[in-house]
Amino acid sequence: MSEALAEAGWVSAELRDEFPGLALRYVMVDRGSGRTPRGVKERLARLSDRFAGPQAINLRHQPIPWAYRVFYRHIGLDPDEQHTPVEAVALERMKKGGFVSQNLLDDALTIGIIESSVALRAFDADRVEGRIGIRQTQPGEPLEGRPGALPEGTLVIADEARPLALLFGAVGAGRGVTPRTKRTTLVAVQVQGVPDVAVEEALWLAADVLRAG
Amino acid sequence: MPDELLEIEARGSSSPAEALDALFHDQRTDELADQRVRVELRRQIGALERQLGELFASAFPRQGLDWSVGAVGGPRVLGIAELERVRDALAVRLREAQAELGRRGEAEEANRGLLESMILDPRGHRWVRISAEDIGEPMCRHWHARPRWGILGMLMGWWRVKLSSGCPLAKGRRAPEQETQEASPTSPGG
Repeated sequence: MSEALAEAGWVSAELRDEFPGLALRYVMVDRGSGRTPRGVKERLARLSDRFAGPQAINLRHQPIPWAYRVFYRHIGLDPDEQHTPVEAVALERMKKGGFVSQNLLDDALTIGIIESSVALRAFDADRVEGRIGIRQTQPGEPLEGRPGALPEGTLVIADEARPLALLFGAVGAGRGVTPRTKRTTLVAVQVQGVPDVAVEEALWLAADVLRAG
Repeated sequence: MPDELLEIEARGSSSPAEALDALFHDQRTDELADQRVRVELRRQIGALERQLGELFASAFPRQGLDWSVGAVGGPRVLGIAELERVRDALAVRLREAQAELGRRGEAEEANRGLLESMILDPRGHRWVRISAEDIGEPMCRHWHARPRWGILGMLMGWWRVKLSSGCPLAKGRRAPEQETQEASPTSPGG
């Protein structure tokens, strides 16, 4: 990675014991989202041509998408109801007939996810305090923007002060990327069966698109 | 005082400190045993999910199969009972999908036999219509045993199997050639 190497996030001790292979890596990019340049739109169009029905049908028994599906089952989610990131992007591709450009950040995430199958998220880097990691919630701990406390033991992506988002779920209010965001933290969630090189590639691809925009 | 401690004291075989050590050791052993069970259940869930994924891919283009398993609620660390529920639901779904695919496979095989005999003897299979879906193939084409030249063929007994042309285009007809040229930028050589 040309500007900054991906940093390893922390995983709480009990989760490390329970889910060996669960990890988080993130990288900061000195820009927010914005309009997608023509080059990225063309890249999305080429990606749409490469990714068609057969790829979507075969997705769930390829190693990395399968690893996320299995992890979803392990943590009580149904990947057919709440799709894994790569399946969600593939489903959109099938519904809309192509990867439709939305904005620079979403397009960067789409490219990173579909090329690597790794789960990527983004946060406003200026609203993150300290290092990022994965842990379980404490009793009474809320996720900003949601009424009430989260159930104890909910898996969240958190900084050193508070939960930022549910693992594979909603982002806390004000922690996501908005039009006012100046710096973006790209986060990759790794589960057992996902190789390190795929995670590095996912972050590199998304960061590269974002920086070039 | 917890019942376990009272029992240990009643045995009178060790000091209170040793009894506490033994109790914590037992609890730790139980935790490790539980963790091993959870690891094994997760392995089984992974294997079942792989089989279900392979079946899903091999089932294409058949429609109407139920692949849903349901969630127990998360994201969180599931206990043994919940992992067992997920594993059992996956196993049931896999068995049901295999059975349904087996049933459909038999029907498709019968339809393929019917199609072959229809092609060999169209007259003996008047007006029979078999779609690609009936024989487990993609596309929208169908085979239809019908008379050549309409009424005349029907009266004369000239029957044939006609294969339809397939699915309609997804995006409609292409724009006229002239408009396409006008819309495209002028090439450097032009």
